[in-house]
Amino acid sequence: MSNERSAYLQALPLFTIMVIFLVIPTIMIVIVSFWDYNAFSIIPDFIWDNYNFLLTSSVTWQAYANTLFYAVTSWAITLLIGFTAAYYMAFHLRTTKSQTICFLLATVPFLTSNIIRMISWIPLLGRNGLVNQTLQTLGITSHPLEFLLYSDFSVILAFVHLYTLFMVVPIFNSMMRIDRKLVEAAIDAGASPWQVITQVIIPLSKSGITIGTIFVFTLVMGDFITVRLMSGGLSASVGLLIYNEISLLQYPAAAAGAVTLLGTVLIMLAILFRFANIRKDL
Amino acid sequence: MPISTSRPKSFYFLTAFFALFILFLYGPTLTIGILSFQGPSGGLTFPMNGWSLHWYFQLFEQQAVGDFGGSLTRSLLLALAVMVVTVVISLSAGMAFRKKFKGSGVLFYLTIVSLIIPSILISLGIGLLFNQVGIEPTWYGSALGSHLTWTLPFGLLIMFAVFNRFDKSYEAAARDMCATPFQTLRYVVVPLILPSLVGVGLFGFTLSYDEFARTIMTAGSKNTLPLEIFGMTTNVTTPVLYALGTLTTFISFAAIVGTLAILHLLKRHRARTAMEK
Repeated sequence: MSNERSAYLQALPLFTIMVIFLVIPTIMIVIVSFWDYNAFSIIPDFIWDNYNFLLTSSVTWQAYANTLFYAVTSWAITLLIGFTAAYYMAFHLRTTKSQTICFLLATVPFLTSNIIRMISWIPLLGRNGLVNQTLQTLGITSHPLEFLLYSDFSVILAFVHLYTLFMVVPIFNSMMRIDRKLVEAAIDAGASPWQVITQVIIPLSKSGITIGTIFVFTLVMGDFITVRLMSGGLSASVGLLIYNEISLLQYPAAAAGAVTLLGTVLIMLAILFRFANIRKDL
Repeated sequence: MPISTSRPKSFYFLTAFFALFILFLYGPTLTIGILSFQGPSGGLTFPMNGWSLHWYFQLFEQQAVGDFGGSLTRSLLLALAVMVVTVVISLSAGMAFRKKFKGSGVLFYLTIVSLIIPSILISLGIGLLFNQVGIEPTWYGSALGSHLTWTLPFGLLIMFAVFNRFDKSYEAAARDMCATPFQTLRYVVVPLILPSLVGVGLFGFTLSYDEFARTIMTAGSKNTLPLEIFGMTTNVTTPVLYALGTLTTFISFAAIVGTLAILHLLKRHRARTAMEK
């Protein structure tokens, strides 16, 4: 068997799955976004009403503004925390064993249920939660702080909690590949620790930062569970609008929303991919 | 790596930062773990109102929280199926990508898109597709496919990392000794990369077991566990929710610890066989 033919055979299962469960469903969404619907069913058609309604509704624009706010804020915080944690593991821990232990410690929460991790903030942040009780016992506030739960604060806190790891892992990966001699050379040339970080380490971990950014951005942009649970239904996001339309069986409207969201995400990705060649960096 | 042997001041600052980060990651989950042992009259917050396993027993009473046993079984079976399929397909595709073939770029970007496309789109698309074709969505059919769009990219990326470091001379040696391609795979490649395959399996299992967004429109009439939990968050206001959360987290942990134990055994076994030779 020729090399190329066996490669096709080996790639075929992955290709088949991607076509059936990714490509065709996406085409399906695009088609259905032009369909008509009533309270009972969806009707094949070619109308622009779904988009027309979507793009002229102030609810949509508000949801996009909200979602972008969540995405940018979560991105900035996860980047700061993720970079610092990765930097600590890569440059301050001296043995591979301690690096592995810390890396595992940071990775394990990612492998448990997101919804459970969200709910677990409730006993901490609620009106009678641990944080409010502590603050009041210490006399810092006289009444419970209401903004802690069911607010933009709790939504972003949950995003940071869920997704910081998506920053830590790729940044740690690219930091581990930095030749330590470069750092030593910079120090020998008289660079301060801060200069080493900003002029050697940050530029060389650029691809990790970009990959982490892509993850956090796309995860937050499409999210609806976190926003629903952590805002207590008080805030909307693009994903949540789509989810609500699905719940109401308004599939063509949901599909139009999904196509618009996909377009937005793809544009952002196109911009981000200019900063890193993912395939080369693997 | 710092050159001097004494730790700079920043080390202690960063250690404290990292410790806080870990506390931030685990603290909330531990909190609901503790709260799940509330007494029968206990509520959703501290202080603890007695200690008991009351809420864990509640979980297994059919009418109390819906079909917990059924959804757990379905989620575990689905996760096992996803695990096996993910390992096989990732390995196969990983092998393919080591050679040059036309369309490899397209397939690569398709897989990356699958990873970063919003989950709700996958869910909606597959739901609509099955709906229009006239096939009933099921947790073992359409949900299996939708989970694979999430686990296969991770699997493939891990395989890339593995094969980048793979020493091809082992295969060349096997070929020189007249091994068939299948024998080379079976007796040389797979044993060498077995730890990573176990890792891919672990990823597949836990990602599927916890997956919610890609399941809502694809699971059909029977709930998986994450769907059950999501339903509970909106209408259950007792610590039974925490008991469920703690139990599912425990299962994820058991899967991780079990995998690490297998990896450890593999390593020991390999070390021993290497010594005997």
